[in-house]
Parts: sequence; structure tokens; C-alpha cells
Amino acid sequence: MSVQTENLETAAEHPALAADMVTKPFGRDRTIGIAIGVILFVAAIALPFVTKSFFVFQVTMVLIYAIAILGLNLLTGFNGQFSLGHAAFYAIGAYTAAILMDKAEISYVWTLPVAGIVCFAFGFVFGLPALRLEGIYLALATFALSVATPQILKLSPLEHWTGGVQGIVIMKPDAPFGLPLNQDQWLYFFTLIVTVLLFWLAHNLLKSRTGRAMMAIRDNPIASRSMGINNSIYKALTFGLSASYTGIAGALGAIVVQFVAPDSFTVILSIALLVGLVVGGVGWIPGAFFGGLFVLFVPNIAEQFSKGLSGAFYGIILMGLMFLMPAGVAGFIAMLRRKVLRHEG
Amino acid sequence: MELLIQQVVAGIATGAIYACVALAVVMIYTAIGHLNFAQGEMAMFSTFIAWQLITWGVPYWVAFALTVAISFVGGVVIERLIFHPLANAPILSHVVLFIALLTILTSTAGFIWDFSIKTFPSPFGSAPLFGSSLISAHQAGMMGITLVLLIALFFFFRFTRVGLAMRAAADNPVSARLVGVRVSWMIALGWGMAAAIGAVAGMLVAPVVFLEPNMMLGILVYGFAGAVLGGLTSPGGAVLGGFLVGIIENLAGTFIPVIGGELKLTIALCIIVLVLVLKPGGLFGRATVQRV
Amino acid sequence: MNKLLEIKGLHAAYGQTRVLHGLDFEIEPGSVTTLLGANGAGKTTTLRAICGMVKRTGDILLNGQQINRNQTEDIVRLGVAHVPDGRGTFLRQTVEENLQLGAMARRDKAGIASDMELVYSYFPILKKRRTQIAGLLSGGEQQMLAVGRALMLRPKLMLLDEPSFGLAPMITREIFEIFRSLNRNEKVSMLLVEQNASLALELADHAYLLETGRVVFSGRAEAIREDESIRRAYLGY
Repeated sequence: MSVQTENLETAAEHPALAADMVTKPFGRDRTIGIAIGVILFVAAIALPFVTKSFFVFQVTMVLIYAIAILGLNLLTGFNGQFSLGHAAFYAIGAYTAAILMDKAEISYVWTLPVAGIVCFAFGFVFGLPALRLEGIYLALATFALSVATPQILKLSPLEHWTGGVQGIVIMKPDAPFGLPLNQDQWLYFFTLIVTVLLFWLAHNLLKSRTGRAMMAIRDNPIASRSMGINNSIYKALTFGLSASYTGIAGALGAIVVQFVAPDSFTVILSIALLVGLVVGGVGWIPGAFFGGLFVLFVPNIAEQFSKGLSGAFYGIILMGLMFLMPAGVAGFIAMLRRKVLRHEG
Repeated sequence: MELLIQQVVAGIATGAIYACVALAVVMIYTAIGHLNFAQGEMAMFSTFIAWQLITWGVPYWVAFALTVAISFVGGVVIERLIFHPLANAPILSHVVLFIALLTILTSTAGFIWDFSIKTFPSPFGSAPLFGSSLISAHQAGMMGITLVLLIALFFFFRFTRVGLAMRAAADNPVSARLVGVRVSWMIALGWGMAAAIGAVAGMLVAPVVFLEPNMMLGILVYGFAGAVLGGLTSPGGAVLGGFLVGIIENLAGTFIPVIGGELKLTIALCIIVLVLVLKPGGLFGRATVQRV
Repeated sequence: MNKLLEIKGLHAAYGQTRVLHGLDFEIEPGSVTTLLGANGAGKTTTLRAICGMVKRTGDILLNGQQINRNQTEDIVRLGVAHVPDGRGTFLRQTVEENLQLGAMARRDKAGIASDMELVYSYFPILKKRRTQIAGLLSGGEQQMLAVGRALMLRPKLMLLDEPSFGLAPMITREIFEIFRSLNRNEKVSMLLVEQNASLALELADHAYLLETGRVVFSGRAEAIREDESIRRAYLGY
């Protein structure tokens, strides 16, 4: 505990150091990263063949949440804007996919880019007024968005499209090209491919000029403006991009769960995504996977302690995690690494 | 015209609920500089304590006073146990702690008192006021208590040493320590006061919306809306903002076809966003003055 | 003779970054002592360490009483007033409330009221602006407010962190004149950290020269002022 407090103090005094500590908890050493990557890759390929199909479904959902959390991380971790409203974009993505498949009978594969584009547009438009809001005010406005979403989805004039309270049921796709995979296995691999692609894109984006501009705005909006960065455009674009990621996750979620309904996308989902982000580590890309694991599994674990008090146990686990690692998994790894280094040197 | 007046009065009556919650929101915002997302649930839990006391046969006003006192202590304890040790953690970690607190309170309340809807007594009775069906005696009493609370808070912050110390701690904590203000206790005190005000709000709201573990979820959003509308730094503004939100909600429900009825909440939220965009400090909030 | 403040082997750090490496110095009661040195020498950190704003080890004796484990709030209550860098204004409170806050550690109402008048007599501009929000004051006025706030404690020792920072030379002169008369008339001891070495040495009785967290030279202010080699090597004038 004492070590952690010390870290936080260091972080407070030296923001640049703190950012580096959290965004690169393993330091700049690439070999560890590559080694972990190879092990994970092998495990990811083998997984659906050695586990039960319900577990495969669960891991697929973890990946989907990880994409959604990554979307939130792009906005919060790398651009410094809060959101408690990402369930809205997740819902828009899910409904886009469901309506396209249900009404227009478009293949599930093509619903993803459409969901991405639709959500980008929504995010961008919502991001424009959000430009004038900061910190807690933005959190509040997005919280409002998230509370309103289920009500809008239930709205009677839209019922023809959304199916109202009933929602929309969609069909699970089969594996293409006669691949010897069952539906769950195929959806897992499909999701895995999309996940890898989206994470790779995000990684490259953040290393690019655009990514540096996003982070400059986060770190010092006045300085970034004086360096010639158009803060407004970048912030609105980041909002769009973030919404787009989360929307694609929503579309994937709809396909995998085979069902969308207004009450799946309440403020509770927004909160879950935010919790996942913080638990994984704000501003650390791989943190999204830890966040996804938390979002999916911890409520189940809490339920096993006690049915009646599952919410209380969930809360206690969450508090415990925050006490153990106030800066999420990223901060925790960074701290362990520093301890090791100190022993060596 | 008559319909309009009726709806405005009905809006003021509902607005009293929001005003009360908005006041609690502003209170804790002033003390800790955060919006407390668990505030509604803290109020709900306090109201259950009051309900339990009344069920055990404690007279209403005694139960009222006891509940306020218990909530105050509870607020201080929560700050000391949960938030104080992580005072240096990033803001988002605090938001997560609020969420954890919220789920713990809801779940525990449901476990102890179950999720069935309970009636809660009103000290003012539910008879219509002056024979008018628009506003009940309880709603009038609720407004009265809210106003008394507001005036008391105004005097506390304006004219007492502790009030000044609390303002200083919120304004510039480092500097406050340098003049000898015990900042961390001021924050705990702010929590205690917010919990106590929340308890009052909960007990006043419960006769109208009925008591159950999720009763405050929707109301808190309206409370936030009222607080933001009035300006997060202004208790008086928050109360007025709460009334305004009630009126707008009722008018929208009556005069805007379809959407008004089904999307009452959404409309309240649109107000928040609109106000935030047009006038970030709220209608009565003090804009932050800072030299670069 | 009793010292007002005695510092022995003072170490301080911001997290992992160590800034002070065993500092020794002392302050005579009623004197003005100045810490000189380049940026990053540890002057501001020394002041912060004395009043417990950073982690520190070593002896800090105030009137012979060990205070190295005391909280900031308690050190203030012992009569140490800190005028921090950045002035520490309570931006959203009025000028008068800022001054009242300075007296937070005191209980004697009459004394507080008379000290308020004293502060207003030194800084008439503050009296003119007493009902204004302090965030609206100019930089110089905020500096005066910071000094005024410190005086409201009726301190034994004032820690002054770069009081001339960002001020016009005229105003700096004025404020330093006020320091001189405060020291003479109100018998307030001062520990002054200042970039402007010649200004500081004019006011001070005693000076310590800091380099990367250590005292490298000390002596009477006059002596340092007249020692050309030291001036050239360390003070650059």
C-alpha cells in the first residue's frame, strides 16, 4: 500500500512520467511484449478446440467488451474526455446490425462496417456539443445520453424498426467455406479476427501524428492549440472514432447473442464499460482485455458468493481491486516491474 | 390557459422532489469537487433506516432526526474508510468507487428489506392543500422543508468559521492546509452533511414515489439536471433548477405529442446538455475565475 | 543562545526523486535568513519540507521542539506561516475571507480584528478591494494578499517563497520595504527564498547558499554581498 501511495505522489508531481508508467507498464523492453504475444496467440487459436462451447461464447463476449472498452479508452485514456454514455453507441451498433439483418437481410459481415460508420456519425455529432464540456460536465451529459437510450429505443413511432420492448431476434451464422467449425467456434474466430484488426489499427493510429495530436490535447489543450492542432476537430473526430469502435462491438454482440432489446443497453452497460476501462488501466491498450474479463466474469463470481447479496459482493470486489491497484492492471504491472528493477539495480 | 397553469403548479410540486435532491448534489459537489453517483442510493438507504425505525414504533419526527444523525455519521464513515485512503487516486478510480458503493447499498437494502414496494408516511398528510387537487399538503410541506434547509445552509457557509473553512478546503486544498484548515476532515464533514441532506430528501420523496431499493435512480438524474441547470456551485440555483426541471418535464409531457409522454426523462436530459453547452456555469453558477 | 529554527541533516524527496541531501542551517529569532541558489537547488523544497508538504527526514527543531513528524496543519498552528510559490490565493473567496482564513488557527476575536486592520494599514489596496473575489486581483495584489494572509496568523516565522516572482520591479521594492518594516516593527522572523540575490541580501541578516540540495556556503549577508568571488561563482552578479 505504501509503495502505491508513493507512486501516486510521483505521478502527481511528474505527469509525463506517470503517463509513461501507465501507457508502457512493461517499459520499452520489446522482448517481454513479443513473448507474451506469442503465448497468447497460440492459446487463442487452441482455445475453442479444448473448451466447452459455453466457455467459447463467454470468451467471445470478453473480446467484444474489450473492443468496446478500447473505444472508450481512445476517448478517455488518450484524448482526456469522459463518457458514461457508451452504452448508447453500443446499442446503436447492435440495432444497426440487427435491423440490417432482419429487414434488409444483409450478411452479418457487412453489418460491422455499416455499424462503424453509423456510430462514427452519431459520435461525431454528439461530440460537437461535447466540445464545450469538460470533466464532470461531460460525464453528466453522456450519463444523460445513456439513461435516455432505452427509452428512445422503446419509442412507439420507431417500433416498426426496433421491435419496441420485444426487440429483434436474429439468426446465428454458420461457418463459411465449409470450414469444420460449429457456430460458436466460427463466431469466436470471426470476433478474434475483428478484434486483432481493430487493436492493430488503434495501436498504429496512436503512434501516428494523429495519435500524438490526440494525446497532446489530453495533456495540455492550450499548448496543443498553440502548436497548430485544431482541438475541436480532433476531439469531435476522436468521439466519432471511439463511438465507432464501441458500435462495432455492439454489432458483434448482437450477432453473437442473436438478440437485441432496449433493456440490454441501459446505463448499467455504460457503467460496466467504464469500470472495465479503469480496472484494465486508463491509457493502456491491452488493459481493455482485462476490463473485458472483469465485465464478463466478476458479476458471475459475485453471484457464486451469495445470490441475494451478489451486488454487494460485486461492489466489494471492485473496491478491493481499487485499493490493491488504484491505477488498474496497468499501474499494478508498472509497480511490480519497478520493484523488480530496484532489486536488480 | 387553465391547463397551462395547472401543469405549472403540478410541475412545481414534482419539482420540489428534484429541488431537494439537487440541493444534496450541490452540497457534496462543493465539499469534494465530484458528483457522487452513489448519492441517490445513500438517500435510499437512509430512508429505509427511517422506515425501519417507524415500523418499530418510533414517532415520525424522532425517527426523522435519528435518521439524519445516523446518515451524517454514515457519510463521515464512508469517507474515512473508503475515499480517504485513496484520496490521491485518479478521478476515474473515484467514479468506480462510487459505482461500487452504489451496488453495495442497493444490494444490501434489497437483501435486508427485499425489493417489494413499501409505503412511507408523510408528516403533513396527503390531503389536498386548500381543497385544490393540484398540490397536496405533503408537497407543500416538502417545499417548506427544502427552503428551510437551503436558508440554513446559506447561513452555515456564509457566516460560520467551519463553513468558511469548508469553502477554503474545496477552493484550494493545499493553501487551506497552510492556514491550518484540516482539509481531510472538512471533506469528511462534507460527506456527512451531504448524506444527511440526502436522507432528508429521501424521506420527503418516499411518500410520493414509494420506497424500494431502486427508487432514487431516475430521481437522481432529475436531481443532477436541476443542479446543473442552476449551476453546480450554487445551492439556491440548484433548488430553483430543480423546480424548473419539474415544470419543464410536466409541460413537455402535456404539450408535446407522443414524444413528450414517452420521453419525459430524455427531455430533462436534453435540458442538461443544452444548458451545459450554452452556459457551462449553469444559470446561477459562478464561473471559475482564474488567471493564467 | 536559543535558535528559532534548527535544521540538521534534512533529506526530502518527491516520490523517487531525491532533492535535499542532508541540509543543515539555523535561524536566529528576529532575523531574516535567506536561501540562495540556482533553479533546482532545493530552495522551495526546503520550505515545503519545513512545513511538512513533502516527505522528509532529519531534524527540524522549532524553538527546540522536534516537528519533523508533524502534519502541515499542526506546524501552522505552532506559528509558521508559509507564503507559497504561486501565492496560494483562495480564488473564489473574497479578499477579506482570504485574510480571515489566514487566522483560522487563532481563536482570539479581538486580536484577529486588530491584525486585520494592521494588514490593511500595510496594504491599503486590499482594504479597498476587501469585498472583491480574490481571483480578480492582479498578480501583485495577490502577492500582497498572500503576505497579509500569512501575517493574520501572527507568525513567529514566515516562510517566503519567491515573493518577487512575476512582479514589476517597483512593486517588488515596495513589498520588500514592507518585509523590512514587518521584521523591525512586528519582530517577525523570516526565511526568504529569492531568485533576485542582490535584493534578498539587502534585506537578510544571514544567508545560506544551496547547490543541488546541499549547503555549500553560509555567512552574514553583508559578507557575502562584499565577497566578489562568491558573487561571481554562485550568484551571477
